[in-house]
Amino acid sequence: MTPTSSPEYDWESLSKAPEYQSLLRSKTKFIIPASIFFVVYYFSLLVLVGWWPELMKVRVVSVLNLAYLFAVSEFLMAWGIALIYVRKAAEWDRQAASVIAHLTSNSAEVAPR
Amino acid sequence: MTSAIWMFLAFVAGTLGITIWAAKRNTGASAYFAAGRSITGWQNGLAVAGDYMSAASFLGISGMIALYGYDGFMYSVGWLVAYLTVLLVVAEPLRNAGKYTMADLLAYRLSARPVRAMASLSTITVSTFYMVAQMIGAGTLVKLLLKDLPWISTEAAIIGVGVLMVVYVVFGGMLATTWVQIIKAMLLMTGTFFLSWLVMKHFQFSFGAFFEAITNLQYNDPKTGVELTRNFLDPGMKFGDLATGGFGKWDLISLGLALLFGTAGLPHILVRFYTVPDAKTARISVVWAMVIIGTFYLLTTFLGFGAATILRPHNIPTDNMAAPQLAAELGGPLFFAFISAVAFATILAVVAGLTISASASFAHDFYSNVLHHGKEHNPESEVRVARITAFVVGGVSIFLAIQLQGVNVAFLVGLAFAVAASANLPVIVLSIFWRRFSTVGAVCGLGVGLLASMVLILLSPSIMGIDGPEVLAAKRHLIQMQPIFPLNNPGILSIPIGFLAAILGSLLRPEPNAEAMFTELQVRAHTGLGAEKATSH
Repeated sequence: MTPTSSPEYDWESLSKAPEYQSLLRSKTKFIIPASIFFVVYYFSLLVLVGWWPELMKVRVVSVLNLAYLFAVSEFLMAWGIALIYVRKAAEWDRQAASVIAHLTSNSAEVAPR
Repeated sequence: MTSAIWMFLAFVAGTLGITIWAAKRNTGASAYFAAGRSITGWQNGLAVAGDYMSAASFLGISGMIALYGYDGFMYSVGWLVAYLTVLLVVAEPLRNAGKYTMADLLAYRLSARPVRAMASLSTITVSTFYMVAQMIGAGTLVKLLLKDLPWISTEAAIIGVGVLMVVYVVFGGMLATTWVQIIKAMLLMTGTFFLSWLVMKHFQFSFGAFFEAITNLQYNDPKTGVELTRNFLDPGMKFGDLATGGFGKWDLISLGLALLFGTAGLPHILVRFYTVPDAKTARISVVWAMVIIGTFYLLTTFLGFGAATILRPHNIPTDNMAAPQLAAELGGPLFFAFISAVAFATILAVVAGLTISASASFAHDFYSNVLHHGKEHNPESEVRVARITAFVVGGVSIFLAIQLQGVNVAFLVGLAFAVAASANLPVIVLSIFWRRFSTVGAVCGLGVGLLASMVLILLSPSIMGIDGPEVLAAKRHLIQMQPIFPLNNPGILSIPIGFLAAILGSLLRPEPNAEAMFTELQVRAHTGLGAEKATSH
């Protein structure tokens, strides 16, 4: 059994709609750099701890060393990215709603087939 | 000691009450498998946190920090950051394009039968390993906590946990399982906050004094008895070159990869996103989960380092007991009982979450769509099959957990994460983002990823090693040979293998039909058009 396209919407022409294209661009523009950033930030902690432990033992704030402060900063980094993502996503929700609204207003041309 | 039993019984009674309430509302497949998609954002956030914070995190990480200092805290960091993968990449497309299981997303544009069969196999494998680990943990815990009640044996504890989880899942479905997670997460956070507060009280609420004690910790080496002074905030006690002969840092990277890519492939986490009304709620629930999980793992600073400074490592006989022992020291027998009951509740809840994801996958993917070609799709029989599966899964894991009692629990959890990262995540990501991904690619990715992670674990120091005659039977390695693969965690090798297999399979056997469906999947995933709606009650 091979999957068949759901008949209720004309997905092809929807995907070419300018509203949808700009939604996709806006999402990609945030998600890809943000993902690269958090992966690099996370693994730089592991690499520094693994390969440069002496550097990470350096005390920065009273007895707190670089290793511990960097680890705590990972929590703040994760929460920070989550916060920015949620803000951005609210904008994408509006764009997605306008894509769908556009579809229903043009229902005679694009849907249902 | 009996107060621990009373508290645990109170939790059981409360959750059974919820199960009865949920059973009355369980009408139809969407109610049974996805709680009618009626769970709100904060509720699902707590439930995700409850599903995720297993005994391994509560007992395991506290103990790891108590004995290995900073290197134990490395686990805490990875378990939170992993949620960014869930939030940015997986949660919303999965909710928008699926119905009950991870395989729904894959089957959207690929041939349903081979893909669902493989996805079901990997889901059940991951769930079973994870579940057996939790149940062995429950048995060990009972033995340690209730040593003056010899009539409760390890086997009895394992059977008890197994029977309860089957009851929740069979009668209460996803709705009861979700509320069990929510209550457990609240109890766990309450216990953790209170224990952290007691640790700070011990240091007269002076962070300076607390961290001073951590950086200047005097204790006797647990093995040799030699007096030592160490800075427990310095890295290296677990993964450092001195402790591991050079492979530790690679293991650290491999573990990081398995956490970052495995979390977003854990079936019992993924099914949670089908219990909410829409993708927006799925997103909000991940953020709630990140707040709760992050707070919990930050507090492991107080639990773990608190145990190290107040109890001192040489007084902690097994690492899993550090947190309960600290609770007894600072809060007396009643608080010890509370923390022990929380630990049981934790195990019980996680096990129930795993059971429902495994039985949903078997009933929805394998029974309905593979055996019955998805043609005579009958929601009633799907729910019946899921209930029977829950019985079978419960029986099999009770049996396996009793047989494998001596096996290292961390290795089983590591295996679950490695399989999820190497088999499930590559196919989920490629399915959402790569137009040319094909059925052959998905089957190769799932199969090869599953096989690679299992073989590498068998060849690793978790399973292979030569023990001296003094090592107890329960602690001996399964294969008495030098390990062939030097790392405990296979992720660094098995994750690229999984991705590579999925990509090569797709390039070798392109599928024009699947490529044509990509646009549809993409529009759906990004706009939520045509997504499964909540059922009204």
